[in-house]
Amino acid sequence: MGDQGRIDVGYVAGLARIEIDPESKERLQHDMEEIVAYIEQLEELDVEGIEPTAHAVPLTNVWREDAAQESFPRDVMLANAPATVDEKEIKVPQVLPGEGMS
Amino acid sequence: MMELNLKTLTVHAAADMLAAGEITSVKLCRAYLDRIEQVDSKVQAFLKVDNEKIMAAAEAADKRRAAGKELSHYDGIPVGIKDCIVTKDETCSCASKLLEPVVSPYDSTVVDRFKAKGFIPTGRLNMDEFAMGSSCENSAFQNTANPWNLECVPGGSSGGSAACVAAGEVPISLGSDTGGSIRQPAAFCGVVGLKPTYGRVSRYGLVAFASSLDQIGPMSHDVLDAAIVLDTIGGKDEKDSTSLPMPCSGFAEAVKGLEGHDLKGVKVGLPKEYFEAEGLTGSVKAGVEKAVETLKAIGAEMVEVSLPHTKYAVAVYYIIATAEASANLSRFDGIRYGARQEADDLIATYFKSRGAGFGDEVKRRILLGTYVLSSGYYDAYYLRAQKVRTLIRRDFEKAAEQCDILLTPVTPSPAFKFGEKSDPLQMYLSDIFTIALNLSGNCGISVPADVCKESGMPVGVQFIAPALEEEKLLRIARIFELNREIKEFAPEL
Repeated sequence: MGDQGRIDVGYVAGLARIEIDPESKERLQHDMEEIVAYIEQLEELDVEGIEPTAHAVPLTNVWREDAAQESFPRDVMLANAPATVDEKEIKVPQVLPGEGMS
Repeated sequence: MMELNLKTLTVHAAADMLAAGEITSVKLCRAYLDRIEQVDSKVQAFLKVDNEKIMAAAEAADKRRAAGKELSHYDGIPVGIKDCIVTKDETCSCASKLLEPVVSPYDSTVVDRFKAKGFIPTGRLNMDEFAMGSSCENSAFQNTANPWNLECVPGGSSGGSAACVAAGEVPISLGSDTGGSIRQPAAFCGVVGLKPTYGRVSRYGLVAFASSLDQIGPMSHDVLDAAIVLDTIGGKDEKDSTSLPMPCSGFAEAVKGLEGHDLKGVKVGLPKEYFEAEGLTGSVKAGVEKAVETLKAIGAEMVEVSLPHTKYAVAVYYIIATAEASANLSRFDGIRYGARQEADDLIATYFKSRGAGFGDEVKRRILLGTYVLSSGYYDAYYLRAQKVRTLIRRDFEKAAEQCDILLTPVTPSPAFKFGEKSDPLQMYLSDIFTIALNLSGNCGISVPADVCKESGMPVGVQFIAPALEEEKLLRIARIFELNREIKEFAPEL
């Protein structure tokens, strides 16, 4: 915030887990400030006592029978994985920080 | 065999020809694939087309028909599919680098229902990345051009779906509409685009952008074809708990044989705020006025109505849609599917994969959504926007007490040129006439009404009906279409 303007784009990008280069950051800063200034016109409305609308059609949760169903075979699901271990599991990079594991 | 005019051939006409034995599915599909071959290097509506697969499906349809076992009246007719709606064993990139490598292991419910009637899913249609945009310029792969003028955009986000129908590359296609993404490109390309009531059509297999707003719908040459598609794809689906239990059929029957019908006793509401909106151009105004004259001439009564919260719709939309998008798109992390950028650890892999995989507009909206939902801002932005959403919904409910249907512009201007709108906020503001009904849940349809004299580009009008009143919406739109001055809209291309 501070000198950069009201929105800390670096912080927000961190929350969204998106890497942003310095050049895009500057552009995003400008765009977001402009858009947020625009959406703040909603402040002029009195919304006291108005119920929020989350969905256009009010629906309540429904439960289905807890019945066993066919699922996708493992090889079909793993066909889209970027990396696998013996085509049985999805291979991921190290999860916990620290020394590399073997 | 009679000459096929693919630029205006409808599904119902093609189906009648198939039934009468005047044409085969093989000949029909061959003609469309030849047309794609001929014009798509200019239009660039398709990301992919698998000719062999389509011709094999056409042969199978002809065999069924020869044996008297056709799956429906429409067996063997091609349908184009937007790249965010999955088809089994085909790519589904959402025009994003992040999903470029993905091949879908299953059919979306809409594709499944099309196949059950014998329709042939044809190709993957270009779009704005993850359906975010109004010009198709946000595709990571190619710019789709407007068939009416190749220097103009086709609109978005379903730009490929509109352009391919206008160019006669397929008779119908599916798009998805979160804030106007079916109706706006339909207006830009001179085709019909229907956004059904939220919940009419299952979203299973539609890559989610903003779940409370997204709805799949048809793009077609006429209103009857839109009704045929809604009959085919609509209705309750166990795989989408927000799909509505009400029956969703009989629309095609309801709009057939309306030639010679008038609109006596029908009250058409003109929301005054829509005609006072900033940036509304003369050619669009003229198009709507022409539609008003047509409707009056067949007996409709015009009444002025008010939707007082219209000017807040864009702001509400860009809070709610981006907030939902930031949550929906968090699943794209390069771990289970999609393009992964390898890094030292898991978190760095997320950052790099999402940084490299998403384009500028998608990043902008994810960040905006993340910001409005972030700690301390929820009440000020998201909750307030949901409350104003209630006010917008009430506006439509009040207007519905005074008239049967609303008539409005679809867009402030006809199709603009590539690069003309580079400022994101200016682009967002051009959605002013289409986004309110995604927020309210109404159904709406864009129908070609005029051709702008100066630019030669088509102009559409939008009819809006209350939720679940598609039958009325389609009937009135159909009667309008049958009575308008220009009978057929086809580009020279």
